[in-house]
Amino acid sequence: MSTRLAQGGRLIDRSKAMEFTFNGKRMTGYAGDTLAAALLGAGQTLVGRSFKYHRPRGILASGSEEPNALVHLGEGARFEPDQRVTTTELFDGLTCTSQNHWPSLEFDVGAINNKFSRFLTAGFYYKTFMFPRVAWEKLFEPIVRQSAGLGQVPKERDADRYEHFYAHVDVLVVGGGVAGLAAARSAASTGAKVLLIEQTNHWGGRAVVDGGEIDGMPVEGWVNKAVEELENMANVTIRTRIMGAGVYDHGYATGYERVADHTPGDGRPRHRLWRIRAKQIVTATGAIERPLSFAGNDIPGVMLAGALRDYIVNWGVSAGDRVVVVTNNDDAYRTALAVKAAGLNVPMILDARAEAGGPLADAAREAGIRVEAGKGIAKVHGGKKVTGVSVCAQAGEGASLEEIKCDAVAMSGGWSPVVHLWSHCGGKLIWDVEQAHFRPDPDRAPTSHDGAAFVVTAGSATGALSLADVMADAHAAGKVAGKAAGGKTSSKAAPEVAPETMQPIEPVWVMPQGAGPDKRMKMWLDFQNDVKVSDVQLAAREGYESVEHTKRYTTLGMANDQGKLSNINGLAILSDALSQEIPATGTTTFRPPYNPISFGAIAGEARGELFQPVRQTPMHAWHAEAGAYFEPVGHWYRPYCYPKSGETHEQAVNREVLNTRENLGLLDASTLGKLVVKGPDAGKFLDMMYTNMMSNLAVGKCRYGLMCSENGFLSDDGVVARIDEDTWLCHTTSGGADRIHAWMEDWLQCEWWDWNVYVANVTEQLAQVAVVGPNARKVLEKLNDQAGGGMDLSAEALPFMQWRDGKIGNFDARAYRISFSGELSYEIAVPASQGRAFWDALLDAGGEFGVMPYGTECLHIMRAEKGFIMIGDETDGTVIPQDLGLNWAISKKKEDFMGKRAQSRSHMTDPDRWKLVGLETLDGSVIPDGAYAVGEGVNANGQKNVIGRVTSTYYSPTLKKGIAMGLVKHGPDRMGEVIGFPTVDGSNTVVKAKIVSPVFYDPEGEKQNV
Amino acid sequence: MRRYSAFAIAREGARYHTGWERAWRSPKPKKKYDVVIVGAGGHGLATAFYLGKNFGITNVAIIEKGWLGGGNTGRNTTIIRSNYLQDPSAAIYEKARSLYETMSQDLNYNVMFSPRGVMMLAQTHHEVRGYQRTAHANALQGVSTEFISPQRVKELVPIMDINGPRYPVLGALWQPRGGTARHDAVAWGYARACSDMGMDIIQKCEVTGVNQAGGKVTGVQTTLGEIGCDKLAIVVAGNSGDLAGKAGFRLPMESVALQALVSEPIKPTIDVVVMANTVHGYMSQSDKGELVIGGGTDGFNNYTQRGSFHHVEETVRALVETFPIISRLRMMRQWGGIVDVTGDRSPVISKTPLGNTFINAGWGTGGFKSIPGSGWAMAELVAKGEPGPLAAEFGLDRFREGRFIDESVAAGVAH
Repeated sequence: MSTRLAQGGRLIDRSKAMEFTFNGKRMTGYAGDTLAAALLGAGQTLVGRSFKYHRPRGILASGSEEPNALVHLGEGARFEPDQRVTTTELFDGLTCTSQNHWPSLEFDVGAINNKFSRFLTAGFYYKTFMFPRVAWEKLFEPIVRQSAGLGQVPKERDADRYEHFYAHVDVLVVGGGVAGLAAARSAASTGAKVLLIEQTNHWGGRAVVDGGEIDGMPVEGWVNKAVEELENMANVTIRTRIMGAGVYDHGYATGYERVADHTPGDGRPRHRLWRIRAKQIVTATGAIERPLSFAGNDIPGVMLAGALRDYIVNWGVSAGDRVVVVTNNDDAYRTALAVKAAGLNVPMILDARAEAGGPLADAAREAGIRVEAGKGIAKVHGGKKVTGVSVCAQAGEGASLEEIKCDAVAMSGGWSPVVHLWSHCGGKLIWDVEQAHFRPDPDRAPTSHDGAAFVVTAGSATGALSLADVMADAHAAGKVAGKAAGGKTSSKAAPEVAPETMQPIEPVWVMPQGAGPDKRMKMWLDFQNDVKVSDVQLAAREGYESVEHTKRYTTLGMANDQGKLSNINGLAILSDALSQEIPATGTTTFRPPYNPISFGAIAGEARGELFQPVRQTPMHAWHAEAGAYFEPVGHWYRPYCYPKSGETHEQAVNREVLNTRENLGLLDASTLGKLVVKGPDAGKFLDMMYTNMMSNLAVGKCRYGLMCSENGFLSDDGVVARIDEDTWLCHTTSGGADRIHAWMEDWLQCEWWDWNVYVANVTEQLAQVAVVGPNARKVLEKLNDQAGGGMDLSAEALPFMQWRDGKIGNFDARAYRISFSGELSYEIAVPASQGRAFWDALLDAGGEFGVMPYGTECLHIMRAEKGFIMIGDETDGTVIPQDLGLNWAISKKKEDFMGKRAQSRSHMTDPDRWKLVGLETLDGSVIPDGAYAVGEGVNANGQKNVIGRVTSTYYSPTLKKGIAMGLVKHGPDRMGEVIGFPTVDGSNTVVKAKIVSPVFYDPEGEKQNV
Repeated sequence: MRRYSAFAIAREGARYHTGWERAWRSPKPKKKYDVVIVGAGGHGLATAFYLGKNFGITNVAIIEKGWLGGGNTGRNTTIIRSNYLQDPSAAIYEKARSLYETMSQDLNYNVMFSPRGVMMLAQTHHEVRGYQRTAHANALQGVSTEFISPQRVKELVPIMDINGPRYPVLGALWQPRGGTARHDAVAWGYARACSDMGMDIIQKCEVTGVNQAGGKVTGVQTTLGEIGCDKLAIVVAGNSGDLAGKAGFRLPMESVALQALVSEPIKPTIDVVVMANTVHGYMSQSDKGELVIGGGTDGFNNYTQRGSFHHVEETVRALVETFPIISRLRMMRQWGGIVDVTGDRSPVISKTPLGNTFINAGWGTGGFKSIPGSGWAMAELVAKGEPGPLAAEFGLDRFREGRFIDESVAAGVAH
């Protein structure tokens, strides 16, 4: 049984006990523990169940590669599933529960799958559940879904907040082990600006556990000195609890900082996502130990040898009292020695290699440990915990030579460099035969925009496994990166480490070599997803030969650890099954993030009201106080209508329409796009942008303009005013301002860069109010009368489609005589700072004239009554101006403009194109939004033939009936004809409508031109 | 081909599964085939399958530079729907969707088609009108959809916040028989069936050149040597422009990265597919328990099969806002695929300037859902030399004539 040792544990503070619960059971750990260490210390070796067979699962690793020990952490608004106990820092009051079992961890009904595992092999579900057809949908899939998944789902909204942080550095060093520290030191010595990040809360990594000396001092002492040195350097920033999550193109990297996971509710953001731009990235990410594949290697109590050692040295926790060590390399001997040094028993070291020699084996023998060469484990005994092992010859078929009682097994299949960050952005790997692992190929590094490498590996991540090699490699890597990032040549000496003698690894992919099918069905590769050696062999047999096919067919490496422990073992098995070399098999793709990162951290502060930027007009507060119902338009909020108490939105809109037509309405039109286009070539430029001629517009006058895409489709419209000889002001739609601005810049910067034109988006600099209705002039003249403004607003001085600058009342105003409603109308722009005061003044002065503000829906109805098109309603990216009867706005004189050539293509000039008409229902009802008019018969695909569709449809309070605009085949030639629009409301009815002129109101334009 | 069934599993279970056959053969290429299809993704394999099934043409090679199903077929978010606006799109996507309904039985391979329903949220008044229009169009196209209320949305997806402060849900376009399928299985099922018909699937075989004589294709040069053919079908999403270049013609297409990501696996929490276009994100949950998430394409051209982080950020931000409970869940993996997109965002199933060469490309973000319909239409085009009704509108000539099939229908927005 696992337990807390009486002594030891370099990371824990035994004076600070911490209480926590696991499945409701109260337990105690110490400050500095991970949850994994605390659980083991409390004797809890069974911590979860596997994905498919619900096999008992214990803690396998000590770091982020842990595939088994995932728990529900926290409660309520701080509940989260799938949390690795190995990366969770213990805090007082922590609560956690185990996952994926019912009714309890100890007794799990789902474990019945284990009994049928013989049939539930890789990909079995592709071969069954097909009959009868409906059974998959109604029966099998619901069962599969319920039994899949791991953790439970959070029920409440997250109580925590998250933030983003930006860093720009010369060299980013990922990993704070001795390699990262050495690389940061040498990179900093070139003068480069260095950021060093470490995912755990402590420095030094594995080397401190492994022992040895650097620069003549114990590793821990060297680490402390190096950290102190780096902390005192002005050009270096070092931070713990930040994981290097991903490497992207051009030196972009993400860091995942777990700021307050260990101090929940302290007010700090829980996570901070670092978005880092680095000229060079050094990955000092270490190596991960591989499991060995022997029967029963998944039983709780079987642990990676390095992890077992970590728990003893770092946290004073033993995984068991009698630990059998099984290995194919020297490193695991260190675990045997550590176990022995902790006063515990190592009944045997099983070394699969033919010979077990060298200094470490000698040391083990000297410590009194029995070392057996050429031996392995035939089978682990036990169910929910290890009770013993059967020993066999590695070269044989697994005949048991001896039974040994034990309560833990430490296994080591060798070490694989952590190559994830190297690979994210295209770094390639090579197979190192001697060390039996994939390591980065320095000749095929990820390259940046200039074709130069921007990632360098350091230490074990390079494939260096002895301390001396690690330090030499890391020191050199830091210098290379610093220099490449623009630093100077550094003469800083490398840390000195005495070389050590290690015996070479012998690859062991199956233990024993000749294991039969019954054993291979019990050798786990992917511990969480229950993928075994036999599954990979089955995939190969069935032709899923690509490593990607095998992965996807068996789910190998698709669990939460993304194959950190399983991939290399799995592809070695696959290579063997296919009788090919491991490099020919290759690896699956390494994708970000290195370990999962929270969605909260990725979203950052962008939540709730600030989910997207908010744009408000200067009059916004007034609208809100007036109880406006807002609608989002781009990032703007616009009043849709201003309902009075007891009024529905519809009633409010109708009131606003009638009042504007009869008295006076005010529209906050500030969101309207306003682009100043200026320069000697501005006229020429606008002639290209618009279908109309703009260069000949007289100063002081306005013209309604259309803009099309290169494909000829109408994309925006608005009134253009000529301000002076080389200045135009172009109004765009509210939603189109930024898009059209970018569109203009695109042409100016990429195509006509030699034209002298500047475009400025002044949308937010100006507040604009549409003063609309028969009393529009009166209210403005009253302002002038009250405050002595000088602008002459008479029909003679300011005729329709002209503009003037001047004073209206106390306000600096530009008044446009334009109308989108058909009424007498002035659109008046004032500086944004005067917007609210101007609005208030108009309301004040307008009292006697029946003033009322109106919203966007009223605007829509009035323009539809008048037959004016709306971008986004009458247009949808497939409509050309000619479809809308706007030929008058298309210049015939101009040689070219955007869309001209496109509009001459055969389909664009097809007489069968649908054209704009008005539609009036026979019974006065409103045609449903989006309805289509049907013709005769069906097309070649069996779809009903359609002859038109509604584009805008409203109840007109002015005309007291439904009105609509639509596009209809040969529409303008069919005035008076009745066409049918089937409904989809389930009533099976067809709305009949007569084709009429789209101008329903004041067709002569008498009202607006007074 | 020995059929898959529960009985077969029981039989094999008794003998350590040693009796399973290869799902598909791995042959050496012959000298010449009636038809060579370049690209063993879903579309290429489906084309081959229907060439055999509908036209009896089985002397076919499907050649693939990587591993079959390894392009966008194995990288997408597995959504199947046919609630498209324009007639030609609705026709081919609905054909595909209806073929998905019986694909497992047709192929004797469980592709796990799961018609769990697809909803597209309307979060602006403009979007409401747009989806109401689609609902009307779908009714006339024989596609079963309806526009549903926010309350119905909430009933179907309890974890959704329909009252978000920025973009409250105003309704949704709901296709109850839309859903998902197991993407890899679609490729594998077709591959197994094609191999069984005697077709050769040749993996790790890259086309390096196209042999021509007298304006016609005579074969292809590959990394495994020359392979002759009477007809050539190019079905290589993402690399269409590149291969067309080798054949000597150009395409009106761009290649861009489309990204996706998954969460760690959790117990079932969302049964339907939700797409939210105003905020740019969509999400469903796989049978394995991961939340499967996607967004838009990157804004720059690229062949790298990976994407930028900022797009992931935008997508995740949208979904955390829409589904607040996912905030404490974690992104487990992000990846990218390369899609080729046309000017009107609709595909090309077309004859080419080379007489006996045909192309199927430009599916953009709609590739997976269209696989069987696309294969059906492409097989007809290849077999007959002329497009049938499903493919008729998707010819390359439409770009010259201005006859676009624009599904984006979003060039304009409301005032």
